Amino acid sequence: MYFDSLQGLLMMNGHGMYVWSAYLAAIAIIMTLLVVPMRRRARLLQQLAREANGSEDKTVGNARVEQ
Amino acid sequence: MWTFFHKLGSPPWLYAIAGTILRWLVPITLIALVAGMIWGLLFTPPDFRQGDSYRIIYIHVPAAVVALAGYYVMAIAGAISLIWRMKMADVVMRAAAPVGAALTFIALLTGAIWGKPTWGTWWVWDARITSMLILLFLYLGVVALYESFDNKEAAGKACAVLSLVGMVNIPIVYKSVDWWYSLHQPASIKFTGESTIDPSMLYPLLLMIAAFYALFTCCLLMNIRAELLQRESRTQWVKKIASEKGAD
Amino acid sequence: MQRQHPQSCSRGCLLSVPHTGQFCARVLRRQLLLAVRRPIEIGNPLLFFAIVIVLFPLGLGPSPERLVSFAPGVLWITALLSNLLTSDAVFRSDFDDGSLEQLILAPQPLFFSALAYILAHWLTTGLLLAAVSPVFALMLNLPVSALGALFVSLLLGTAVLSLLGGIGAALTVGLKRGGILISLLILPLYMPVLIFGTAAVQAAMTGAPSGPYLAILGAMLSLAIALAPLAIATGLKVSIDA
Repeated sequence: MYFDSLQGLLMMNGHGMYVWSAYLAAIAIIMTLLVVPMRRRARLLQQLAREANGSEDKTVGNARVEQ
Repeated sequence: MWTFFHKLGSPPWLYAIAGTILRWLVPITLIALVAGMIWGLLFTPPDFRQGDSYRIIYIHVPAAVVALAGYYVMAIAGAISLIWRMKMADVVMRAAAPVGAALTFIALLTGAIWGKPTWGTWWVWDARITSMLILLFLYLGVVALYESFDNKEAAGKACAVLSLVGMVNIPIVYKSVDWWYSLHQPASIKFTGESTIDPSMLYPLLLMIAAFYALFTCCLLMNIRAELLQRESRTQWVKKIASEKGAD
Repeated sequence: MQRQHPQSCSRGCLLSVPHTGQFCARVLRRQLLLAVRRPIEIGNPLLFFAIVIVLFPLGLGPSPERLVSFAPGVLWITALLSNLLTSDAVFRSDFDDGSLEQLILAPQPLFFSALAYILAHWLTTGLLLAAVSPVFALMLNLPVSALGALFVSLLLGTAVLSLLGGIGAALTVGLKRGGILISLLILPLYMPVLIFGTAAVQAAMTGAPSGPYLAILGAMLSLAIALAPLAIATGLKVSIDA
């Protein structure tokens, strides 16, 4: 470990603000990149499942019993 | 070889294999990212000229490298979709564009933050920064073109043409902008020649570059899966997956 | 008896198919004729060029020293923008009345007919812009020694711009709101041309030889002539299919 105290790690000899803001911004964008397709897929699946159940309920009866 | 190529054209197979890869790749990527960041932030000595602000390099350089590589991934996928009329290549291209744009944006943003303590200004019109900005515009152009078509198949083809034109242009843009202004530090990582960066700083950087490549792959595969579900929402295999999910 | 392919009976048959060269000449003539019949369409980009040039002294102040240092960039950017504004319309009317579809179905390669369209576009915008640019250059106090470099660089550069703009036009011709989109797609591709175009004029202003920059512009033009029609042809097919 290069820094000997938490204070030193946060300040980084006066450059802490730049370093930490760059890292936080990057982490935020990376998280968004990962979460957006996950949520999009989950939403699509949910929507499709609802559509499928809705139509099968009307025609075949209760589809869930068969599974 | 060819059976693999044909399987790539099959949406259910691609969806399934992407899921299997993601199950392993996402944890590995996250671990590598976290490890690389901690290594770069805590366990490397400061640069003797730039002090601690150089630590931004562990995000800035990987993001820039992968953003540029991502454009080639997109353009090659576009070429495959135009030449072999493979629909899955369209899906790959569509999935790559926003990820590449986001990585380009990370590189620009961290570059600006890094520039403030190093050069005393947020923005310098130097060759690499300007090239990255043009790359961002090229990415956003592809996204904008895709979104303005109602017919998504035509959108894929149009974007394929545009990304290929962009690929021919990137070296020209790079060279001309480089010529236009050459004040930046010379490239400091070379895999073949002598390296001017100390090993204690180089290894975490290489780890972060690998982690960003893995991150790009993860995002690409996740976007591919979502895009596949949307495009194939009328087919049997998607309905099956959806009903299995719904039954949980 | 030899069976003849329809395309190969261009000389003897009654229903003759023109050679590619002839066909392109006809396309070019038609486009030029259409342009001449609507002179305002030719005049608009020139008028735009003139008005925007006037904006710069108003915005930057009338001091001759300052104007002359900005002059190469101002002239080039303005020429680039007026070229961009017209490139949206290259294929538009032919797409609307369906003659573009005929062009794609024609036996002649689309590569060369697309090139003829672009040549017509360049003759009615780039060539005229290059021709009037010395007048405005003098108004911005550009030294007379740089006028030649300005003229030649615009001549070569606007041809590249027309080719690149044609790609954007081909890709967006089927869209309702192509206008702003085409600038987003094409402007990043214009940047190398802008860099070397202004460099040529600046070199001539300082007395340095502008030949190398003009040579690079010429190389860009050769590359664009070889590759851009391919992209235009593919783009037109995509737009017609959509």
